[in-house]
Amino acid sequence: MASSTPALNSFRNGPDENGHFGIFGGRYVAETLMPLVLEVEKAYLTAKGDPDFWAEMEYYRKHYIGRPSALYFAPRLTEHFGGGKLYFKRDELNHTGAHKINNVMGQALLAKRMGRTKIIAETGAGQHGVATATACALFGMECEVFMGAEDVKRQKPNVDRMRLLGAKVVPVTSGSSTLKDAMNEALRYWVSKAETHFYIIGTAAGPHPYPAMVRDFQSIIGEEVRWQLEEAEGKLPDVLVACIGGGSNAIGLFHPFLDDESVEIFGVEAAGHGIDSGEHAASLTGGNPGVLHGNRTYLLQDDDGQITEAHSISAGLDYPGIGPEHSWLHESGRVKYVSATDTDALKAFALCSKLEGIIPALEPSHALAYVGTMIGDLAKDKIVVMNLCGRGDKDLDAVIPRLEEMGEL
Amino acid sequence: MNYTASRLDKCFAALKDENRAGLGIFVTAGDPDAETSLAIMKALPGAGADMIEFGMPFSDPMADGPSVQASSQRSLKAGGSMVKTLAQLRAFREDDKTTPVVLMGYYNPIYIYGVERFLTDAIEAGADGLIVVDLPPEEDEELCLPAVKRNLPFVRLATPTTDDARLPTVLTNTSGFLYYVSIAGVTGTAEVPIDMVTAALARLRKHTDIPIGVGFGIKTKEQAAAVGTVADACIVGSAVVDAIRDSLDGSGKATGKTVGAVTALVSDLAAGVRNARS
Repeated sequence: MASSTPALNSFRNGPDENGHFGIFGGRYVAETLMPLVLEVEKAYLTAKGDPDFWAEMEYYRKHYIGRPSALYFAPRLTEHFGGGKLYFKRDELNHTGAHKINNVMGQALLAKRMGRTKIIAETGAGQHGVATATACALFGMECEVFMGAEDVKRQKPNVDRMRLLGAKVVPVTSGSSTLKDAMNEALRYWVSKAETHFYIIGTAAGPHPYPAMVRDFQSIIGEEVRWQLEEAEGKLPDVLVACIGGGSNAIGLFHPFLDDESVEIFGVEAAGHGIDSGEHAASLTGGNPGVLHGNRTYLLQDDDGQITEAHSISAGLDYPGIGPEHSWLHESGRVKYVSATDTDALKAFALCSKLEGIIPALEPSHALAYVGTMIGDLAKDKIVVMNLCGRGDKDLDAVIPRLEEMGEL
Repeated sequence: MNYTASRLDKCFAALKDENRAGLGIFVTAGDPDAETSLAIMKALPGAGADMIEFGMPFSDPMADGPSVQASSQRSLKAGGSMVKTLAQLRAFREDDKTTPVVLMGYYNPIYIYGVERFLTDAIEAGADGLIVVDLPPEEDEELCLPAVKRNLPFVRLATPTTDDARLPTVLTNTSGFLYYVSIAGVTGTAEVPIDMVTAALARLRKHTDIPIGVGFGIKTKEQAAAVGTVADACIVGSAVVDAIRDSLDGSGKATGKTVGAVTALVSDLAAGVRNARS
């Protein structure tokens, strides 16, 4: 069940009834989709208030996903950095190896309640696609996953996993053939199948109610951290850190703590080759507000409002937008958004593997790279909790040659 | 600056007098390049277009099929932008004071250009209305209400998924005409289902007296004629930009055949709508 009702002057009240977080969010979709988006919203509001829905979620969280995920004190990295204590929230231990399944399970159960048995999804690196294919196999639903043709080539193991799970992978060749285009194509397909299909969006973006709904399903991450750290240390965390592409793992960790003033919160965007190079995926650091994929949010775009290409070594962060709630938290100043480059992330990837015996995904490696820049300055009793939101096996093909080149391996 | 030209109203009144449907032709500004696009635009009324749906190119046209996507890409690749779109409209208006031109596209380029600046410049350039695909009634405060305040028609889309309960919401603040999307899908991917359109228009007309244009899936003279028996206007886009595409040389540049390829298709479609009710 979602957390208790926040106070009036809270950071946790959003969005309003039209899906706005301040000026961000909203429902910027074609009329064909509007009735369906409204139907999803209505169904979600009903489910959200229904204890049976959450009981079903709880069952699958415990017995299928494997929650709660561990909160693990990382002793050797803590010693290595020589400052505050570092904890990992181990969401890479979930079934399918990332936080994505938390959200997929919620949306799949919602689709089931709505009587929809055909599912579509977009995917970049393939983690959301695999999680969706998994839930569809579990519930006997038809599954089509839209994936940029470039990503189909780059992420063959995940393509094979999806196929094995019974999903149809649809390569997308429009635009730049990556995640942004996969989402365009999924929306186009949905327009033509609005009567029969449910679209499981993979991150806390898209038209209302998706950003709020995905956040609610991912908030289990932060809710668990709260009681797990209370058990381990008897206190709240001092610092939270998570990586951000669309931002679903981050909002899941952050949201339960937004009103705890003592908790400093950092979101880490992908700086690619460096913000100044122009080749990055840092929408908040290097973009400005615009409207894409159903919501107003920070986007990478040119002076004419044309969306530009994102770049990151991590396919999961390689998206020119960000969830609208993050844009709002950025402008309100509650969360600080920083960035880490490809190189920083690769070094953190190697470091975590060697010192903790955990091979992290490239995405949380960005978060760890930022942790490395600040935790050394913290007092020894300060606690940093970082969301280790995915495992790195999927990244080895991309990472190993680069680490060899850098002399890290 | 407020809009005063009323070209859409005059056009639909004239069509009513002639007892025929109008032909709306969609082209993307700057496709395949600024000069050729202006030449195409100038040739459209003479070839039989009664109104022009003038596409503002966008990198991520999420309600459009491959044909219109490619058209946007050609324009952007050739340097298309909002500034150039409005410049092309201004150049068109130097010679043509009567053909209605409705700007059609997505919200982000307008938002980035600036809503008030856009309205001022669009009215000044000679636009007669706006169709912005990703602004449903729920987001009226963004652009629809500011446009209505200046009397600039805001043309809304109704679709097969817009039921009777929702129609009044869609019709509120709609002016110029109502654009009925004939299929639940993206542009240019399916053929117009005539029987369903006939039934849908009968339903829509119970709710409104505003003229109704029908688009998505009209490619041939015969389809235009069939839709023209029930609609106030037939709107054709994908077939037109496909004609542009097919006329280009191997490197995607315009050829001597490009303008003629479009006018030939438009003349054919125009014959279709003109004979529809005879």
